[in-house]
Amino acid sequence: MLGEGIIQGLAETARNFFGSYVNKNRLVTVQYPEERHELPEATRQFPFLLYDGSDADAGLRCVACQICEKECPPRCIHIEKSKDKKPDFVGKQQFYPAVFDIDVSVCMSCQICVEVCPFDAIRMDNEFELSTSNRFGGLLWTKKELSKSNEYYRAIHPTEAAETDERRATELADAQAKAAAAAAKAAQQPAATAAQASPAKPEPAVQK
Amino acid sequence: MSSAADQIWVILKHWIVLHTPEPFQTLVSIVLSVATIIVVFAALFALTTVFERKGLGRMQNRYGPNRVGPFGVFQPLADAVKSLTKEDIVPRSADHVIHYLAPLVLVGVVFLTYAVLPIGRNMTAVNLDAGVLFFFAVGAGTELAIFMAGWSSHNKYSLLGAMRAIAQMVSYEIPLILSSVAVIMTAGTLSTVAIVERQARYTGTLAHWYVFTPWGLAGFILFMIAATAETNRSPFDLPEGESEIIAGYFIEYSGFKFALFFLAEYLEMFAVSGLGITLFLGGWSSPFSFLAWIPSWIWFFGKLLAFIFAFIWIRGTLPRLRMDQLMNLAWKFMLPMTLIVIFSAGIWRFLTPSVVGSGPLGGVIRWLVCALLIFVPYILLARVLERARKIEKRTYRFAD
Repeated sequence: MLGEGIIQGLAETARNFFGSYVNKNRLVTVQYPEERHELPEATRQFPFLLYDGSDADAGLRCVACQICEKECPPRCIHIEKSKDKKPDFVGKQQFYPAVFDIDVSVCMSCQICVEVCPFDAIRMDNEFELSTSNRFGGLLWTKKELSKSNEYYRAIHPTEAAETDERRATELADAQAKAAAAAAKAAQQPAATAAQASPAKPEPAVQK
Repeated sequence: MSSAADQIWVILKHWIVLHTPEPFQTLVSIVLSVATIIVVFAALFALTTVFERKGLGRMQNRYGPNRVGPFGVFQPLADAVKSLTKEDIVPRSADHVIHYLAPLVLVGVVFLTYAVLPIGRNMTAVNLDAGVLFFFAVGAGTELAIFMAGWSSHNKYSLLGAMRAIAQMVSYEIPLILSSVAVIMTAGTLSTVAIVERQARYTGTLAHWYVFTPWGLAGFILFMIAATAETNRSPFDLPEGESEIIAGYFIEYSGFKFALFFLAEYLEMFAVSGLGITLFLGGWSSPFSFLAWIPSWIWFFGKLLAFIFAFIWIRGTLPRLRMDQLMNLAWKFMLPMTLIVIFSAGIWRFLTPSVVGSGPLGGVIRWLVCALLIFVPYILLARVLERARKIEKRTYRFAD
């Protein structure tokens, strides 16, 4: 009969209306600031810079190669290379970023910076509450705000962090083995190599 | 005691008027009536917005607003602050004067319709002899205001929305008025106060509400369908269909002007609900004589809240109609049905106890005859319309 469907529909919404007061499971809403969804491990929001150890300046992995700056599609990264060098985790002398800024309002969370980084220095954070009351300074994150420890990375992305740590451990072992081999070689022919090696070392510093 | 509670607002008004200087008494009396209507119904609007959002939320298994104040009851205040502090943007190519006037005309016209609504015993702002006529005549002014808004915005969507609104409101005004004609015919008067008084009499314990008669019931349902369309409420909210024309005629309005449109829309809904209550549900009268001790204004506002809930319920249930479905419903279903209701009301008028015999049996015969006069044509009409509606597999000329 004409109008039957309307009655059925009204009954359905009435059931929902009263049911939502009786049965809490019906309500799908997560009351956000108090209740939260468990974030999936692969959640990504905004990049951060990784450092090893406890000192953010000394342990920063970034070598200011500027690949991420060039690859960033919305161009939200700004890097200024340092004048001097500091040793990286295998003991090799590297540049470091004097300035490393990312604009929160421009970043589109694409993760391309992470994918292009050859030094495992930049990773994605799962922190999503980035709002600020200062729309000029507050949205430009500097090196200080971006630096986060490897322990933090292990806590938020355990699988990825374990994989990165393993790779870096083998790299470090390779480098140490190479250094040991080189040292053994140098011990065999001390006079000849010592004369060649010492002028070769400061050469990159002169380039800058 | 009960009559004092019933007349408390009337007594209060008289007291205030008596304590003003002689030359101002008429003015004070008018201002008091008008201010009460504006304040009470605007407050009801604020209450309805939060009720609607919470009710719709519950129908969709959500909480609805629950942050501002306990259970979100202060949400209207937050909304008001937001709409007042928003920038008021007028499009450069808009007709500024008309663009500015449209919301004012709309709200003004809608408030005028409240003048004839009896919101309680002796609580009608103006007791016009042609009250129902006045209501419909002034109510038609909303169409003008809506077209002013749509036209002056100089936007294709607002114009489309306004044209839809005009087509819809003109079409549904006919069943709206025709379904109330049955009541006017039976009551023999156009005065809203007199119509309520006719219904505030009792046989046994039951009131003489027109909704208890077969033609009254059918007329009431038709009236409410037409009223929903007339006030552009869902499922007849095509003029503001978000998915096609964004917000319809008020697309170019922001800030407080938009809030005025919103206010007017709800006030229109209350006004037409109030008229439905007056015409079919006995206005301020109680359904049973033993409940007559409850003050009349509580009855009116109780019924109005029930109507508001029904509107929210329908909005939460039915999807929006298509334009051709809307027009088919108005012209092929509503119009013939209202004519049948008028006919049935005429038959009811002549099946007096002297014809069908006095006593309960006569009453039952009268009721059944009039009910059949509506129900049989309804079934036949539904069948014809069902047959005419061809549902076929849709074929495309070019896209296949």
